[in-house]
Amino acid sequence: MTYRNDPYDPKQVALLDPDALAGAVADAEQAFAAAADPDALTALRPAHLGDRSPVSLARREIGALPPAAKADAGKRVNEARRSIEAAYAARAEVLDREQAERVLATERVDVTLPYDRRPRGARHPLSTLMEQISDLFVGMGYEVAEGPEVELEWTNFDALNIPADHPARGLMDTFHIAPPDGAESSGLVLRTHTSPVQARTMLARKPPIYVVVPGRVYRTDELDATHAPVFHQVEGLVVDRGITMAHLRGTLDHFARAMFGEGAKTRWRPHYFPFTEPSAEFDVWFPEHRDGPRWVEWGGCGMVNPRVLRACGIDPEVYSGFAFGMGIDRTVMFRHGVSDMRDMAEGDVRFTRAFGAGA
Amino acid sequence: MRVSVSWLREYLDLPADLPAADLEQALVDLGIEVESIVDLRSTVTGALVVGEVLEIEELTGFKKPIRFCRVDVGAANGTGEPQEIVCGARNFAPGDRVVVILPGGVLPGGFAIGARKTYGRNSNGMICSAKELGLGDDHSGIIVLPEDTPAKPGDDARPVVGLDDMVVEVEITPDRGYALSVRGIARELAHALGVPFRDPGLAPAPGATAEPAYPVEIRDTVGCDRFAARMVRGVDPTAPTPGWMRQRLTVAGVRSISLPVDITNYVMLELGQPMHAFDAARITGPLVVRRAEAGEKVTTLDGVTRTLTAEDMVICDDTGPVSLAAVMGGETSEVVASTTDVLFEAAHWDPVMVGRTARRHKLFSEAAKRWERGVDPALPLVAIERAVGLLTEHAGGTAGAEILDLDHIRPRTPVTLPADLPSRRVGVAYSPQRVVSLLEQVGCHVTRGADRLGEDPGSAGVPATGGTDVLTVVPPSWRPDLTDPADLVEEVARLDGYDRVPSVLPTAPPGRGLTWQQRRRRAVARTLAERGYVEVLAHPFVAGELADLLGLPADDPRRRAVRVANPLSEKEPLLRTTLLGPLLGICKRNLGRGHRDVALYEIGAVFHPRPGAGAPPAMGVDRRPTDAELAAADAVVPDQPRHVAVVLTGDVEPAGWWGAGRPAGWADAVEAGRVVLAAADLPADRVEVRAAEYAPWHPGRCAELLVDGVVVGHAGELHPAVLAALELPRRTSAMELNLDALPAAPVAPAPTVSGFPPALIDVALVVDERVPAAQVQQALVEGAGELLEGVRLFDVYASEQLGAGRRSLAYKLTFRAPDRTLTVEEAVAARDAAVARAADRYGATLRGT
Repeated sequence: MTYRNDPYDPKQVALLDPDALAGAVADAEQAFAAAADPDALTALRPAHLGDRSPVSLARREIGALPPAAKADAGKRVNEARRSIEAAYAARAEVLDREQAERVLATERVDVTLPYDRRPRGARHPLSTLMEQISDLFVGMGYEVAEGPEVELEWTNFDALNIPADHPARGLMDTFHIAPPDGAESSGLVLRTHTSPVQARTMLARKPPIYVVVPGRVYRTDELDATHAPVFHQVEGLVVDRGITMAHLRGTLDHFARAMFGEGAKTRWRPHYFPFTEPSAEFDVWFPEHRDGPRWVEWGGCGMVNPRVLRACGIDPEVYSGFAFGMGIDRTVMFRHGVSDMRDMAEGDVRFTRAFGAGA
Repeated sequence: MRVSVSWLREYLDLPADLPAADLEQALVDLGIEVESIVDLRSTVTGALVVGEVLEIEELTGFKKPIRFCRVDVGAANGTGEPQEIVCGARNFAPGDRVVVILPGGVLPGGFAIGARKTYGRNSNGMICSAKELGLGDDHSGIIVLPEDTPAKPGDDARPVVGLDDMVVEVEITPDRGYALSVRGIARELAHALGVPFRDPGLAPAPGATAEPAYPVEIRDTVGCDRFAARMVRGVDPTAPTPGWMRQRLTVAGVRSISLPVDITNYVMLELGQPMHAFDAARITGPLVVRRAEAGEKVTTLDGVTRTLTAEDMVICDDTGPVSLAAVMGGETSEVVASTTDVLFEAAHWDPVMVGRTARRHKLFSEAAKRWERGVDPALPLVAIERAVGLLTEHAGGTAGAEILDLDHIRPRTPVTLPADLPSRRVGVAYSPQRVVSLLEQVGCHVTRGADRLGEDPGSAGVPATGGTDVLTVVPPSWRPDLTDPADLVEEVARLDGYDRVPSVLPTAPPGRGLTWQQRRRRAVARTLAERGYVEVLAHPFVAGELADLLGLPADDPRRRAVRVANPLSEKEPLLRTTLLGPLLGICKRNLGRGHRDVALYEIGAVFHPRPGAGAPPAMGVDRRPTDAELAAADAVVPDQPRHVAVVLTGDVEPAGWWGAGRPAGWADAVEAGRVVLAAADLPADRVEVRAAEYAPWHPGRCAELLVDGVVVGHAGELHPAVLAALELPRRTSAMELNLDALPAAPVAPAPTVSGFPPALIDVALVVDERVPAAQVQQALVEGAGELLEGVRLFDVYASEQLGAGRRSLAYKLTFRAPDRTLTVEEAVAARDAAVARAADRYGATLRGT
């Protein structure tokens, strides 16, 4: 503006001189390159791209030029400005990246530091195994039945064809419940097996019955490495038309394979249980046994004794059934190599934590 | 029962080289559990031979006398020259025959015999004692064979000393009394191995004579339905029990007493018939078999004087009871060293009576064990004949011509068996011929009837094999357990082989999965485990003093506990009424083992007696009890709700490189309660937490947990006095809640999720410190109305400026509308309404105003 009305040669305007513009670009590039961090670079921006920077001042002079010269001068100024902008942006990118890397480097931590700030809990392996077995049978259409632990002698024994003076009753090592004052007997026991739930189930519903019964049971054994006064069983009961021992074998085979892998198999040994007839004990082939592959005694089974069906109101001429059961503590012991039964009863957190939350 | 295989071989043609493993498998396949099986043939290896001592040279100059012997071992040493052996025993003389193990042999325990130089001589082998051969504990000298031993030098000594045998120990199930005998085991093995069996129980025996062997009267033919006896007079009272008999008794675990007594035991083991031998000179007058009078006394053979009840049975003479019938003989009539006239008795007793008597007197004799499991009623005369034969053979004397047999045995009821029932129950197609043949093998008498049964719908799906043939089966006298068709089905399946049963998976009808209670229990268990609690399964037995230790008030219902009549420990006769007792015990055990930070949970039943319930009604088993009977019976069964409890002590979060730890406390216990209720899917607005005073909690740090206004549990810090009494760390906290008291979870209604921005306003209210925060919050919620989306207490503090007894509660309120952005005015109005409600109800004032 200073020279607006003066006749003059645009080539004489110093700021628009190509060399001057090239110098401004070179100055800017040099300054930017010297900036050490994004802040320093930002501080340089007014001097090279601000209102008072050489290229901005040069642009102001363009208006005063004759039209013929305007285009040429504008083009040169714009080129110079773009070069400086590009240099700025390039430098900014480098400096931002360097800055970010410096920050990341300073934020480095030792990721191997232990962070056991929320201690892990655990489920008892007996509980998880009982649930696992229940789930297997629920998947086959069974339901999970339950009953009281302090049980009527009638359901624990009589209904299961174990009359009062039968030797099998003596073999059960039963905890009896003390009678109320003045009475001779309470008629109650701590259930010696989960089988009273069979009776309760048959009394409560009509066939077809397909149930699995997990639960705690009691015998008067002192706690030692291989015995416990409180232990756990799971048993199954099926009552339907036309049920045979072949169905029992099919069910146990399926169960064994689901628990111990496709190579698992079962074998039967004739045995005596008052509540089943015919009866058998069954072994399972357990390849992963800690002392080498072997047959392991697993449980008892048989065809529900028609006397039991009759006592529970089911017509043995119409229906037949099978039942099977096994000790869960024993199963956990051989499956996981537990050598002392006390470990499962004493509640030491080291033992239980080893089994995690249970899948 | 332990039995030598050689004994079995007397009645059973077992293969000579039967391996122990095959024998074991055969027994197992029959349903006879094998506890152990020892093959004595393999306990000594190498040459074990009979030797005859030719010369003995006494060696002197050693600490003890030593003999250098030359022993004829025939050609067993390969040279025929006498064997030179150094021996330390002295109980033999030249001419005696002894047992020699030659170099290369190995004695039990891996004791290898070689030729060696000892006491200055070469010793080539060893002369053996019974102990060295594993035949007993007798180490007083070497074995000197009896003169009549039919063996010559160089013969294998194993058969001579009983090392050619196997010993089997079997466990007999309670239904198979007859298998508690050589007879029974041999019969079973005959089935399994298909070898000939000569039943000693069917040996011929003379029947009763008109004149009795001794006057006997049975006054109770229910308790005693058969009584046989015979006299042997003039026996040699000094006659010893033959070695073979003593050996078999020893193997069976029976002590040798005197020949007549040993014979009764031998016959019991062989046939399964318990017997008794009276000294005829020590009984006076006729024998009377009757029930005891209550209070009557008898001194049994074990020297114990027993007071009897009216259910016991006795055998009496003129002096009173001389025997506790069927269980144990009496002292006054037993055979003694001077006995010359022996009266053998073999009877048949009611198993129920014997079982009760044995339990009442805690006298589980071998005889009682057999009676209780059932003894063949056809045996008495056979047993008497066998005993008389053995006694006269080994002790002389004369068998009396008179034989007594009072027989009130009732005939067996035949069992009607549809011939296809075994196939229908087992799932194997047995032909009727096969069924008949297997039952006959067991000893049944089978006749095929032509009756037709109605169609049994149970037969669907199983191949019909014999139409509807009906078999009439009379089981053998030795199988009292075979009473029902199902028993016969088992015999068929067992003898045909369980391994023949095919594998068929039945198809269950569709089930309904787990119940909501079962799913909830799992969710609670899983949630607590994920929260850091470790599950325990405590035994429910507790001491009577626990209620005092827990500080339960005198009228607390938890003091009324179910009592075990025969507890393992007299100190812990009760069943828990709260999970806390056993759980705190396990907590303490963990602390004792060095764990400092412990967080435990248990889900389990507690037991509450039904006061005044009395005894359940007597219910039979011939039909289903009526619903009324079942209801009356169940009314006696204690209430057994399932509880959940947690106990925690130490740090709930441990100290670490991140900083200090966080000690467990009352708030964690209350939180555990809320967590359980949340895991049970009960919405927070139905849950209430209130201050409470409830043992064993700290009265100022105890919360009661309510659902729909009903108390379901308690949580907080335990009472310091309780913790001191139980020797647990201070601040130990606990929660217990009755899972069975929780209602079913509702079907949760979905909330409206608004996309409009929230308005956040903080308020600090100053209130009396006794006003529970939960109630202040409730007032805010009620006052704020529907625009309130959330409220969160973020600060609690007290200061002098606020004034004594007052505290500031700072809440962050979130307001939001479902359909618009709230204006400042709307939000402020809602806040003011909330504060006004708190001010109105609890005198709360906004801080700074």
